Amino acid sequence: MTPLIEIRKSVLVSIWFMFLTFPIMVIRVNTVENVVEWRWHNMIAIGAGSFLLSFVWRYMIRRKEQGIRRQREGAGPRLSIFQRIGQERRIFLPALTLLAVAVVVFPFLVSMYQVNIMTTAFMYIMLGLGLNIVVGVAGLLDLGYVAFYAVGAYTYALLNHHFGLNFWVCLPIGAALGAGFGILLGFPVLRLRGDYLAIVTLGFGEIIRLVLENWNEFSFGPSGISNIPRPGLFGVAFSLEAHARYIYFIVVALAVFTIFMVNRLQNSRIGRAWLALREDEIACQAMGVDKTRTKLTAFALGATWAGLAGVIFAAKTTFINPASFTIWESINILCIVVLGGMGSITGVVLGALVLVLLPEYLRAFAEYRILTFGVVLVLMMVFRPGGIVSNVRRTYQFEGPDSGDK
Amino acid sequence: MSMDFGGLRAVDRLDLMIHRGEIVALIGPNGAGKTTFFNCITGLYTPTEGDIHIHPPGGGSKRINGLKPNRVTELGLARTFQNIRLFQQMTVLENVMIGRHCRLRSGIAGAVFRPPHTVSEERQAAMDSYRILEKIGLESFVNDLAKNLPYGAQRRLEIARALATEPFLLLLDEPAAGMNPHETHELDQLILRLRETENVSILLIEHDMKLVMSLSDRIYVMDYGRKIAEGAPGRIKNDPVVIKAYLGEEYVA
Ligand SMILES: Nc1ncnc2c1ncn2[C@@H]1O[C@H](COP(=O)(O)OP(=O)(O)OP(=O)(O)O)[C@@H](O)[C@H]1O
Ligand SMILES: [Mg+2]
Repeated sequence: MTPLIEIRKSVLVSIWFMFLTFPIMVIRVNTVENVVEWRWHNMIAIGAGSFLLSFVWRYMIRRKEQGIRRQREGAGPRLSIFQRIGQERRIFLPALTLLAVAVVVFPFLVSMYQVNIMTTAFMYIMLGLGLNIVVGVAGLLDLGYVAFYAVGAYTYALLNHHFGLNFWVCLPIGAALGAGFGILLGFPVLRLRGDYLAIVTLGFGEIIRLVLENWNEFSFGPSGISNIPRPGLFGVAFSLEAHARYIYFIVVALAVFTIFMVNRLQNSRIGRAWLALREDEIACQAMGVDKTRTKLTAFALGATWAGLAGVIFAAKTTFINPASFTIWESINILCIVVLGGMGSITGVVLGALVLVLLPEYLRAFAEYRILTFGVVLVLMMVFRPGGIVSNVRRTYQFEGPDSGDK
Repeated sequence: MSMDFGGLRAVDRLDLMIHRGEIVALIGPNGAGKTTFFNCITGLYTPTEGDIHIHPPGGGSKRINGLKPNRVTELGLARTFQNIRLFQQMTVLENVMIGRHCRLRSGIAGAVFRPPHTVSEERQAAMDSYRILEKIGLESFVNDLAKNLPYGAQRRLEIARALATEPFLLLLDEPAAGMNPHETHELDQLILRLRETENVSILLIEHDMKLVMSLSDRIYVMDYGRKIAEGAPGRIKNDPVVIKAYLGEEYVA
């Protein structure tokens, strides 16, 4: 296809758009003076805009098709820059060290506001990685994930309120309760798949929120719980700023812990079974994988991280109420997973950073947030269906017929 | 054994017996109920009536109706699917390693702490899977995604995956479907070789009569869920009932 044909097609598209939008964008009836205003400049803007968009669109589609063709011809999939960094040990280690140093010095260079945003971003990394186990790896579309987040948050808030338990005690309890609720939800939905599963989990998420909202004696209803203490350190008194940094480091440590754990889980016998379950449930069972057990571990191990993140959330904001745990939160986390790349840890980490930091720094466009979200997601589905970093399978090397090794 | 779907009796009092080391074929026109019979044996469906008994090599006997599919596989029955059901986005080796799954033991703790025995178990599983791929002739594809394999290789990968579960009875649902004559011939050799080296009995559904006649020790023929004939290939070939079922009334002289 020559560029000329492309340009002609784009011109046609722009003419079509000008025609379509003519009645609403060009003609305006001014009812005060009873005249019709012709806003021709709008038409020019639409024509130019749609021409440009259409041209870029075509260009991108063509590039994508070339990529697919190259792959067919045996060149192998092109690795993204992150995957290449991950494979080159010489680049990987220094890059990792640099990143670690950056993460450590970050809170001392910037304002408290920035530190708090970063803390949130790292919390979402944990949430994203947890949901990634359920949705990305095991292929179980869970829209009620926020419920486990709520379980974690209320665990800390209530245990502290009633029994004065501190943050460090509540952290494992929150994780365990998250896992418990994961299993509790897992049982009734064992037989469900796809859309049905999504709807039921969505319902489950709402149920938890509604219970928290209405059961005043238990959860203090919509007014929530305030004065939740921040995490302590052997009774050291912190300034507000130091506390923000302290929480930041706790979250960073937990996020690293999450990455480590999730990575190990994915590269194991269980991780393989999750993947197989996602690919084909029936074949998976027929090959001797216990479906019930595999699904329940996915739900439980996914929810654990939400429980942990919930405890931190309560400690960080010192105030929680049910309004923090709406369906939007679930969707947000799901977007992190889908945008970042289903099943890919690097992808989810990047996805979390992008989806938390961008809206924060683009406050000016806050009104268009959902719109941008939608557009970006659609574009991603068309051009990079695997997410920012798509998952690569591990490869094994075998030498010779008898001395195989990996 | 029988199996009903609502009012439809898909398998009607079929009884079938496979001896150790035998290759038995199950044939019949489309919709005869062959795949349904497989699904009943492997636990995907629970048969409406009847019993399925197995006699594993270790001795003893066990009734397996209504067991979950993964239990049946653990007991030593493994199958392939008529419409290929590979794990598309996983590599060829991982596909076979899933077959090993039920013979491995490590759990969550093993995955997280990676104690030596888990590491060696994983290594062993990868090795064993690779050996199986070598036997089937797929070792050049180890790290390719299953979906990128040519069709014939996908069918063979299904067999490899089933073998990885260490079955004593291998159930193959139309393994030659869609293969060219050359591939079919290779498959023929492969199945015979498997019987010798792996000590498995084989129950085979197949429409390719040439393959069936050359491979099988005995043949069962079904039509409308019922068994209409059984016996050695030579007898089945000339059985008027079978010819009628396949070709219709008017061809029978
Ligand atoms: N899950 C099901 N629910 C209802 N009817 C079914 C189901 N599975 C199969 N059947 C019916 O049972 C009958 C036997 O089907 P089956 O798939 O066992 O045939 P088959 O012998 O394997 O045919 P083919 O040679 O085409 O593979 C068919 O009439 C089919 O429509
Ligand atoms: Mg069939």
